[in-house]
Amino acid sequence: MAETRDLSHFIRHLDGGVARMELAVEGIVCGACMKVIEGGLAAIPGITLARVNLTDRRVAVEWRDGNVDPVRLINRLSELGYRAYPYDAGRAATDEEQKTQALLRCLGVAAFATMNVMLLSVAVWSGNAGDISPEQRDFFHWLSALIALPAAAYAGRPFFRSAIRAIAVRRLNMDVPISIGVLLALGMSAVETLHHATHAYFDSALMLLTFLLVGRTLEQAMRRRTRAVAGNLAALRAETVTKFVNPTELAVVPVAAIRPGDLVLVRPGERIAIDGVVTEGRSEIDQSLVTGETLPVSVSKGGTVYAGTLNVSGALRVTVSVAERGTLLDEVTHMLDRALEARTHYVRLADRAARLYAPLVHATALTTMLGWIALGANWHDAIITAIAVLIITCPCALGLAVPAVQVVASGALFREGVLLNSGEGIERLAGVDTILFDKTGTLTLPEPEVVNAADLPAERLALAGRLALASRHPLAAAVARAARAKAPLAATEEPGQGVRCEHHGVELRLGRPSFCGADRDAKIFSADPEASAIAFAYGTERYVLAVRQRLRGDAVDVIAKLKQEGFAIEILSGDRAPAVAYAARTLGIEHWHAGMTPADKITRIAALQSQGSDVLMVGDGLNDAPSLAAAAASLSVATAAHLAQAAADAVFLGERLAPVAAAIAIARQARRLMRQNLWFAVAYNVVAVPIAVLGFASPLVAALAMSGSSILVTVNALRAQPREWR
Amino acid sequence: MEVLIYLVPLALGLGLLGLGAFLWSLKTGQYDDLEGAAWRALMDDDVPAGEKKAKNS
Repeated sequence: MAETRDLSHFIRHLDGGVARMELAVEGIVCGACMKVIEGGLAAIPGITLARVNLTDRRVAVEWRDGNVDPVRLINRLSELGYRAYPYDAGRAATDEEQKTQALLRCLGVAAFATMNVMLLSVAVWSGNAGDISPEQRDFFHWLSALIALPAAAYAGRPFFRSAIRAIAVRRLNMDVPISIGVLLALGMSAVETLHHATHAYFDSALMLLTFLLVGRTLEQAMRRRTRAVAGNLAALRAETVTKFVNPTELAVVPVAAIRPGDLVLVRPGERIAIDGVVTEGRSEIDQSLVTGETLPVSVSKGGTVYAGTLNVSGALRVTVSVAERGTLLDEVTHMLDRALEARTHYVRLADRAARLYAPLVHATALTTMLGWIALGANWHDAIITAIAVLIITCPCALGLAVPAVQVVASGALFREGVLLNSGEGIERLAGVDTILFDKTGTLTLPEPEVVNAADLPAERLALAGRLALASRHPLAAAVARAARAKAPLAATEEPGQGVRCEHHGVELRLGRPSFCGADRDAKIFSADPEASAIAFAYGTERYVLAVRQRLRGDAVDVIAKLKQEGFAIEILSGDRAPAVAYAARTLGIEHWHAGMTPADKITRIAALQSQGSDVLMVGDGLNDAPSLAAAAASLSVATAAHLAQAAADAVFLGERLAPVAAAIAIARQARRLMRQNLWFAVAYNVVAVPIAVLGFASPLVAALAMSGSSILVTVNALRAQPREWR
Repeated sequence: MEVLIYLVPLALGLGLLGLGAFLWSLKTGQYDDLEGAAWRALMDDDVPAGEKKAKNS
């Protein structure tokens, strides 16, 4: 295929005539790859820097501007055996980077201050038991104040800001009681220091900030990693557009290279990357991402399409009016934003808990104060006790309980090749008891091959291939590959059926044998159950192509393991019964359904769910997208159609099926630990609050309780890593 | 207790030194690629000059 690549969009020009480009590289696994890549790139004359980032799976390359053709870098990497894609380090990535750095700085300051104040506090505590003079104690308290007040003012900003924002919109979040607790503790300690008192709580306030900042930093680190991978995926899945170089030839070019007036092809299932006017074809457009309208809008010649919308049913030729750059990445970021903001069930529960919790602890503190006054204590002692209650109930363990588990679980999922799309994914995956697999592209490898291409006359095969280019179905893609087709025909896709069009007055159809009226011819292939049939009709001529698929290498083992663990497993496939039966027999799955339309799949899922099953749907195709959205939980293959990816809770990478089993196992473990942690936080308060109310919460007790509970919760969260890795 | 005159500034100074070191390491990107750094420690340094050039950043 004649393919022009314009990479200038991805290159940044630095000072001193140096150009820099970042590439997302597929297949970097260890230090050896790092060495091969860096060495291989550095061998090109003119390259001044090649540095691999193994965590983000990227390589940064710098060269003297004008000396090196950037396309050569990509070619060099492919010679070395790595597929590389230019990565657009957009502003979203920079923002995340800055947020991480700011949090780490806050954490550094808080940790420094905590350690130094604790040093002074321990001296005071042991001195109080011994022979410290009041002057020395005052000196230590003043010194503590000198360290603690500026440090808390700096490190507490993330909490104070969030609390102010929440109060401004008349809401309560966890940061409100945290901020109140910290400020009261510091204020009271300062006043006590002025009055030469024995106790000051500077260390408690700082320790609280430190532990909570650890939780925030962990959460941010998880966000950053997921985002790095999402960014790579976006680069891998490339913001490309299929453009007509001339009326019969197609080329895949980056969106950046598209100019207004260009003619592009948009296949069904593709996200439209540009704004434009339809010049040929008919289709339905899902604009939900742009307008929120969920009902698809039909467009035909003369209609306008917008970047970010989804082409649902037919291939379109579109004349570009405005080329938008970065649309796909923006969309992925958008999707992730939504997913990450939509915290899991338990985090939202924690937020709701905060709404109950804040009034509860503040009421407890008030009651404590009034109670002590009623019992004859003086105002000063009563207020001190009340503030101690606030300090000790500050939700240290509660703030760490869920994020710590999420971080460890998402890290474990990531190592297994599973990327969470939706924050609730862990929760929903943990609850499933029934697993439904699509066959094509899910149980089997995504790229099937046509085995009998030679049976067709060459010109018919070429036409079939051109028609196939209009479809995103894996079988059609195999036909297109077999025919080495480049010039598509404008065709209509009927989801689950096939594509058709008129060509010089002859009706062409490509799709299921029943759709092409070739049921009879397709019978020949019943003898070969591994092969699927795709039919091609040219007027009254009928051809049946056999497309052979390979099961994923570990499919048999994984299915056996899942069955053994008690999951009910079914195959829902749109494919022919013999092929599905064969796969089911090979994998040992008793229940299978063949020849299912998207509507049939949804009906089946609804039937199972009405019986009380929690269904996990694993699928990849255009026709799976509705069922992925309908099931309680869903997984999709990373090579799936955009539509299927967008509908799934999580996406798994690679050629193995093992991530499916691993995802469920990790999610179950994570859910159990989140529950344990939340209960632990409750138990902690049940024990700690009475101690504080009775006035026994000295700074030493507060410090021990806080650090002890936080460490316990965090250590418990580490168990979210499956056993094999520990 | 005159020893406090030395010890307190010393303790604070050491703490600030640690904080400074942490902020410096953060600023120079020491935490950008934790996985890669683990492997780099194992790499041989006796690589040809051409490759060596690629390693400095």
